[in-house]
Amino acid sequence: MTTPIAPPPKKDPQQRTRVQTLPSGARSRAALGLTAAAAEGRFMLQVCAKCGTVQYPPRDACGTCLSVDLPWKDIAPEGRLIAETTVRTSTSTYFRERTPWRVGTVRLEAGPSIICHVHGDVARGGAVRISNRLDKSGQGVLFALPAERTQNMEDDPQLREMTANPKFRRVLITDARSGNALALAQAFAKAEASIIFVGEAEGWRPYPHRDELAAIPGVQLLPLDVTDTSSVAELAAEIGGKTDILVNNARFMRPGGILARGDTVFARDEMEVNYLGLMRLAQAFGPAMLGRGADGQNSAAAWVNILSVYAYSNLPALGAFSASSAAAYSLTQCLRAEMRPGGVRVMNVYAGPTDDDWHQPLPPPKVAPQALAKAVVAGLKDGLEDVFVGDVAQDLIDRWRAGPKILEREMSETDGGAA
Amino acid sequence: MAGRSIARKSYDGVVLAAPATVPYQRFSKETAHWWIARALRQSLQAAGLSPRDVDGFSVASFSLFPDTAVGLTQHLGLTPRWLDHIPMGGASGVAALRRAARAVQAGDADIVACVAGDTNQVDSFRRMLSSFSRFAQDASYPYGAGGPNACFALLTDHYMTAYGATREDFGRICVAQRDNALKNPHAVMKTPLTMEHYLGARMISDPIALFDCVMPVGGAEAFLVMREEDARAAGLPCAYIRSTIERHNAFPEDPIQMRGGWAMDVDELYAMADAKPDDINLLQTYDDYPVISMMQMEDLGFCGKGEGPAFVRAHDLTIAGDFPHNTSGGQLSAGQAGAAGGYIGLVEAIRQVTGGAGPTQVKNARTALVSGFGVINFDRGVCSNAAIISGAAA
Repeated sequence: MTTPIAPPPKKDPQQRTRVQTLPSGARSRAALGLTAAAAEGRFMLQVCAKCGTVQYPPRDACGTCLSVDLPWKDIAPEGRLIAETTVRTSTSTYFRERTPWRVGTVRLEAGPSIICHVHGDVARGGAVRISNRLDKSGQGVLFALPAERTQNMEDDPQLREMTANPKFRRVLITDARSGNALALAQAFAKAEASIIFVGEAEGWRPYPHRDELAAIPGVQLLPLDVTDTSSVAELAAEIGGKTDILVNNARFMRPGGILARGDTVFARDEMEVNYLGLMRLAQAFGPAMLGRGADGQNSAAAWVNILSVYAYSNLPALGAFSASSAAAYSLTQCLRAEMRPGGVRVMNVYAGPTDDDWHQPLPPPKVAPQALAKAVVAGLKDGLEDVFVGDVAQDLIDRWRAGPKILEREMSETDGGAA
Repeated sequence: MAGRSIARKSYDGVVLAAPATVPYQRFSKETAHWWIARALRQSLQAAGLSPRDVDGFSVASFSLFPDTAVGLTQHLGLTPRWLDHIPMGGASGVAALRRAARAVQAGDADIVACVAGDTNQVDSFRRMLSSFSRFAQDASYPYGAGGPNACFALLTDHYMTAYGATREDFGRICVAQRDNALKNPHAVMKTPLTMEHYLGARMISDPIALFDCVMPVGGAEAFLVMREEDARAAGLPCAYIRSTIERHNAFPEDPIQMRGGWAMDVDELYAMADAKPDDINLLQTYDDYPVISMMQMEDLGFCGKGEGPAFVRAHDLTIAGDFPHNTSGGQLSAGQAGAAGGYIGLVEAIRQVTGGAGPTQVKNARTALVSGFGVINFDRGVCSNAAIISGAAA
């Protein structure tokens, strides 16, 4: 079993905040396939399309038959630890600050041997399950976990470096009014987040779940309107230095595309919340989080965006909203690149229609707030960058990968259920 | 890999001469160019030659960037008609010998100067590790950045589990080499090493401890390859090449390295030299970590696979012992001068079989076996080779 982590002590403001150093992020283009798979928590390797040989390390030509057709495929994660070491001196500042660091050679049942990070609960010579994780530099790395779950295994210090586990961390969830806020706060409380700040716009205006939200242990309701730059700046001044995980949950959506609307009023509101709201939050909270990536047990760890999967391909029935989602999606790619030096993960959680008033006329399946919240916490625990929640989002991203142009044509015939 | 249809040609008529070692330094503000120039000059002076006499030039170095052997010709004022740059690290010495010998034998060059050298500036080791090879960059460096220490720790851990070797077995190799190094005035390590010290040293990457690791240094080594008649005319002591082997990426199906390419070709090595392991008076293995020296003792036929621990327990590996091994102290005690680490054993062996080793001289050293091992491209050393050389024509 793993020794459970202890709640972090109160921060000493006279000590220098530890600067985030990073493991080497240099990779060949082929190796970035591992990173792309890790973003979704999949363990994939190249498999030769001609002879079926599983390849490792990633390469440009098959080491058996010289074919250059090497698609990435999901690989059975089973293997055995055949050698191990504990690195105690390292030429990398990042690892030097984190030694001892356990590394091993695992022989995969799929064929090749790999060098990987090794969880503390893996027995010498033991069976392992390989997990493909993003490290602090945002690159895919292979991690050997015990074949069976062990007690407190997510508290393993090496594994915690690869995740954004909410345990003992302080979370800010924006938009208390949204139906997701309650479920998110409940999920973070269950995941042992120490404080759950929830931003609330227009606090004087009642909403149904306010009392239930305020009653969750650790929840603090604070004024925040993401369309108001000074409101965002005020809250950042107050809690920016102790926001470890930020969940950008605010969303404005109205049905309709271009022609039926006749004006740009709703489109402006959608951009104001969905796109500029994200940018305001990032400008106010981003710098402090960037500087706190290595700030002990409760370091800044992740930035979460709840996005519509229609960011990938426009659903004309929700056409203008889809466009604002696409803008936000593009901006998250920029944010991810800018947060990377601080080791802060930017995780996008894409959902199809959610089970709320504005998606009421749409046919099922819809994503319940609890399912969304569960996916957010699970994604943080696995350190993911991209999470697709629910059948609609999964189906859409599969079709998008198969052919975005075909999907575009299909989307125009999809029932948006809008008035 | 099928049986060869024609017998390999001997190296008759070609010799090795003028071994040169530039004393190593722990850190150096100089460049690889500087070190290589000094080794070349020293070797040529020993042979009574000038740079104009050199018409073949072979270089091995990690820290020459952005130059290669090409840039060095202009930098050092050489006008060779045969030029080689060997990126094989610890296998570069024997590789240089093999290629240069054939060039001289074929008349493509008369005198090939083979030189390896690297500098060791503060931080140059770290920079080299992070971009050593593409597979290392992608698949080993991100995992703890332990460099070769961690890679060899994995091989050592596996070897210990598979064959029951103990740390003390590896210690025998290190302690004996330190004993040899104390006789070599140029060795970087100058204090005696006891088994107690060895076993008590701090762990670097378990089970690799401090004295299992080489000290990166700046340094250079050189020798000349020329026709026998030219060496005789100049009155130069010289060594004869009895046989060589070379193999790259041997046994890729092994899940972890337990043997090197020597195991594929060792029969040919002895057959070509018309020799057997008992005829070898001294062995120079590539010794960046003791486990790989032990594997070489096995793969080169001195004992069976897995018998390395028993072999080192049964033999005295010092200069005066019954199995002299890495007589200059090797890299473990003389220092690892980058690519010159691929030359240190060969240059020392030339001195030994020509009776020029001075304080480290093995009595009646007539025949030496030198083996090279190079380039941890990902999880194992890829290049391996070996040569048997003698002080008098066979």
